[in-house]
Amino acid sequence: MATAAEIEKQAEARETRNRWLLSAPALIIILLAASGPLLIVLIYSFLTPGPYGDVEWKFSTEGWVSVFLERDIFDDTLALATSHLTIFWRSLRLALMATVATLVFGFPTAYFIATRSERTRDVWLFLITIPFWTNLLIRTFAVLQVIRNEGIINTALINLGIVDQPIQMLYTDFAIMVGMVYVYLPLMVLPLYASMEKLDFRLVEAGYDLYASRWQVLRRIIFPLVRPGVVAGSILVFIPAIGAYVTPSVLGGGKNMMFANLIELQFGQGRNWPLGAALSITVMAIVMVALLVYVRNTSGSEVRHG
Amino acid sequence: MPDTPGRNAIEVRGVRKVYGTGEAQVAALDTVSVSIRENEFFTLLGPSGCGKTTLLRLIAGFDFPSEGEIMLYGQDIAPLPPFKRPVNTVFQSYALFPHMTVAQNIAFGLEMLGKPRAEIDARVAEMLKLVRMEKLAKRRTSQISGGQQQRVALARALAPQPKVLLLDEPLSALDYKLRKEMQIELKRLQHETGITFIFVTHDQEEALTMSDRIAVMSSGKILQVGTAREIYDRPAERFVADFIGETNFLEARIVSVDGGKAKVTLNSGATIAATLPEGFKPDGSATVVIRPEHARAVKDKGDISGVVENVVYFGTDTHVHIKLDDGAIFTVRQQNTRGSAADFERGERVGIVIGDDAAQILKD
Repeated sequence: MATAAEIEKQAEARETRNRWLLSAPALIIILLAASGPLLIVLIYSFLTPGPYGDVEWKFSTEGWVSVFLERDIFDDTLALATSHLTIFWRSLRLALMATVATLVFGFPTAYFIATRSERTRDVWLFLITIPFWTNLLIRTFAVLQVIRNEGIINTALINLGIVDQPIQMLYTDFAIMVGMVYVYLPLMVLPLYASMEKLDFRLVEAGYDLYASRWQVLRRIIFPLVRPGVVAGSILVFIPAIGAYVTPSVLGGGKNMMFANLIELQFGQGRNWPLGAALSITVMAIVMVALLVYVRNTSGSEVRHG
Repeated sequence: MPDTPGRNAIEVRGVRKVYGTGEAQVAALDTVSVSIRENEFFTLLGPSGCGKTTLLRLIAGFDFPSEGEIMLYGQDIAPLPPFKRPVNTVFQSYALFPHMTVAQNIAFGLEMLGKPRAEIDARVAEMLKLVRMEKLAKRRTSQISGGQQQRVALARALAPQPKVLLLDEPLSALDYKLRKEMQIELKRLQHETGITFIFVTHDQEEALTMSDRIAVMSSGKILQVGTAREIYDRPAERFVADFIGETNFLEARIVSVDGGKAKVTLNSGATIAATLPEGFKPDGSATVVIRPEHARAVKDKGDISGVVENVVYFGTDTHVHIKLDDGAIFTVRQQNTRGSAADFERGERVGIVIGDDAAQILKD
């Protein structure tokens, strides 16, 4: 006869086994689909490039060195890889600008939706998600149609006699920015809306009652209370923006590259897989550091509510 | 109770508030006029949907009247946004800022007014003392109890020294004992600060015990304004008499009128004297109201007679339900003294003595 303690122990063991069984699919996916490839990328970054792409299984730090430095082909001296640094800086700058721009456009949009009646809110949210239904490439080409020299904007400006020459917008950083704001705006609006919908608008009334102007109510009451939404939206926009590939390659042309284009180049024409791998890890590191700094600065002393 | 009416703090003149358009139009306030005196504890009393909260929101500035003026010490404030009105509100939900401490909440209005830091700190300390919350100044508003939140809401609204304080059913979320405490607390605060309070409630007991004057509202109209005593003893309309306290309504015919008094014959047959309301135009029939405690049941012949239906013992008093000859039920409430309780039997024929001045004729 098993004692009560033994039965209990058996039940506990069964519970543990079940828990592992239930979480197994998720663990397998994380290990195989996420950590596995990442490990391969890390290993590749320390190998030697093969002559036609691929890697040779020989340890080398050359991939990492060339992330930041350039080896002169004649005398082997090292110099700062300014072309890479320019691209790092452009990626970081454009991703930050796109995040700020989506916040500026997304905040009033989310506020507008959150203050509608419950039925109309659903309609607005539905409209916000419509661009998601179309392929990213198609959407980007649509932006191209709008801003190219023979596009809608320039044609209109010329016909109205405001300018004689089309304004060069395509193949500039501005074009990349416009494309990214358009593509990532819903990713900002949705989390902002989610936290604004929970906002108690009686607090806004209380603010007005206590002599706060509209701007002060926004800054002192609404903004601190929807901060979780601002943080979530910013992260959701910043991460894909810094790794954007389609938008800069369609709208930025050959010379306005971003991170992803540079990495693609190493795996394609560049035939330098270790450098491509090292660049990929570098982007990851930059994103992680940026997020850490951001989250630490935004969640500071303010106690979360709700 | 201020016996000498001072200046008017608020004058509401012919204010209408209409929601919706065309066919779907609803008048939340239907041409309301009322004056609220300086330093007065004024209560807007009525059932939900009577327009009392709408009127308060118009005074606060969260809504704007469709028609009419709202004067604050002679200045029309109806077109001003809420942050330009020297009026503060204590919200039903308290609406304390969850991302600020108790002290920061109280300081908010003063900061928005651009007061110097030293003055703000001194005033916040003074307010904390006034509502006895000094020890909890650094707490988050989510870390204090409902009653304490209520005090913070009061302190926050009083800190900028508004000309008028608006209170929107502030006690409705508290339990019975705490509500009783806060009623006394509110009276004390009003007395100490000398600020005009406009208090909205649907609780008649709250209104009667706290107010200097009460406005009884129904369906977007103010039916009667007066002191607790006036409203209770001299209800002008059936709604007022019915909403406040218990009342016996008796249908009657007017026999003769003499000054402010009339002789009426009740449907049950008896003829009694009753007071006429001001501006009453006699047209033969009338409704007479008599409060249960203003009548007495007696063993011998009274002014009216009937048969005892039921006797209900309440401890401090006893209610005797008496069926009159026309089938109407008349309730008499009498105080219990030693040995007097419940010596009426069901089915016993008794008389009802109506006290002097107890019977009132209603306007409608």
